[in-house]
Amino acid sequence: MNTDRSTAQEVPAPQDTPGPQDVRGPLGQDDIAALVARDIPHGSFVNLGIGRPTSVADHLPAGSGVVLHTENGMLNMGPAARGDAVDPDLTNAGKIPVTELPGSAYFHHADSFAMMRGGHLDVCVLGAFQVSAAGDLANWHTGAPDAIPAVGGAMDLAIGAKKVFVMMTLFTRTGAPKLVPRCTYPLTGQGCADRVYTDHAVFDVTPEGVVVRETFGTSVDELAGRLDLPLLPLGG
Amino acid sequence: MTTQLCADADEAVAGIEDGSTVLVGGFGMAGMPVALIDALIRQGAKDLTVVSNNAGNGDTGLAALLAEGRVRKVICSFPRQRDSYVFDGLYRADRIELEVVPQGSLAERMRAAGAGIGAFYCPTGAGTLLAEGKETRVIDGRPHVLEYPIRGDVALIGAHRADRMGNLVYRKTARNFGPVMATAATTVVAQVREIVETGAIDPETVVTPSIYVDRVVQEGTA
Repeated sequence: MNTDRSTAQEVPAPQDTPGPQDVRGPLGQDDIAALVARDIPHGSFVNLGIGRPTSVADHLPAGSGVVLHTENGMLNMGPAARGDAVDPDLTNAGKIPVTELPGSAYFHHADSFAMMRGGHLDVCVLGAFQVSAAGDLANWHTGAPDAIPAVGGAMDLAIGAKKVFVMMTLFTRTGAPKLVPRCTYPLTGQGCADRVYTDHAVFDVTPEGVVVRETFGTSVDELAGRLDLPLLPLGG
Repeated sequence: MTTQLCADADEAVAGIEDGSTVLVGGFGMAGMPVALIDALIRQGAKDLTVVSNNAGNGDTGLAALLAEGRVRKVICSFPRQRDSYVFDGLYRADRIELEVVPQGSLAERMRAAGAGIGAFYCPTGAGTLLAEGKETRVIDGRPHVLEYPIRGDVALIGAHRADRMGNLVYRKTARNFGPVMATAATTVVAQVREIVETGAIDPETVVTPSIYVDRVVQEGTA
C-alpha cells in the first residue's frame, strides 16, 4: 500500500471510468460517494466522517477488504443495525447503532485517537465547508457569532490519517466556490487535504498546485473560469 | 485503598464537593453513567466543571444535571447535537462556560493526567482557533501544540461488569472514555450492570484494573 501522502498526485487515473466531459454533471451525492469508494485501496484501514462521508461504506464492493475505524473505539465496524440487532452499547461516531463484523476489535478513546494521530489509518473521508489550494481544510465551524463550536474528532482525523479525502459540493447554494485560494472559515487543519471529490470534478492537492483529475459535464477551462485559483490538468 | 462496594448510587457519589471537576464517561448515551449522574443531582454539589465528550442529550443524564444549573463549565469536544437543547439554551443565555477540545486531545490530556505526564506536544489543532494562546513548537517539520493534563476530582464512569475487587470490563463501544477517565481522577466511581465474585473475571480480559477504581455500584440500586 502506498503510504506516502506526498505521492497522491502520482496515482494513475482510473481506467474504467469516464474521462472528462464523458459524463453529464454535476454528480449527485451518491455518485460522489461511489467515486470515493472506488479510489480506496483494497485492504485499507479507513475512517469515514459523520454525515455524507458515512455513505461511502454503502459503495464499497464486497471483498474490498476495507476495515472501517470508528473514533468511539472500534475497528471492523459493520453496517447500521436494524431491528433486534440494535444495541445501545454499539454505535458509530454519529451515535447511530451499528453492527460488528468478524475480526472486530474494541479499544478506549485514547487508543482510538492514537491510531489516528500515529498515522495508522490509511484514509479518512471528511466533509468540508472549504478547502484551500494548499490543502487547508475548514469543516468544523462557520465562525458565525451565534454558532456553538463543536469539533469532535475532525481535527485529529485531518492531521492523522495518511490520506485525507474530502467530499463536498464544489459550490455553495449561492454559487460561491468552496475550493478557494485561502479558507475564510476557521481551519480544521493546515495542509492536510490530499484529494477533493466534488460534484463537478475530482482534484488533487499537490505541492505544484491543484490538479484536476476528472471532470463531470464540465472542462478544466470552464472550472478555471469559476474558481479563483490556478488549475493544472492531470499529467500537465 | 480497597474498592468500596456501595449499596446504592447515592452512597457512591457521597462527598462530591462544590466546585469539583467531574469527568463523566460516555459517548452520547453509550457508557453514560446515568444512575450516578441522577444521584449527583440529588446529592446537590454545584459550581461543577464537567469534562465529557458531549454536553448532554435530551433531558436525562448529563443534560438533567445541566438543566439543574449545577454546572459552571463544560470541557468537551462536541456540545452541539441534534438533541442538545439543554446545553444550547444555557450557552446562548451565557449561563455556562464552554471549552472545546479536539476529541483526541481531550482523551490524551486525561491519559496524561493519569500517567503522570506534565504536558505533551500534539499536532492536532495546530494553526487553528483551538490552539490560540497555546505554546506551539515545530517538531520534525510539523507544528505541535503544547497540551496540559486534565485531572478530575471525581470520575463517574459506566462499565459492564466489576468483580468485588473493582476490576472492570466494558462492553462494545460503551468502553469509550471509561478506561482513560478511570486513571485521571482522585475518586473514581463506576456504575456497572453486575458485580461478580473476585476471580470470576479472566485477568487477561480486565480493562480497568482495580487500582484505579474507588467505588462501585450496581445499576438498579439507585
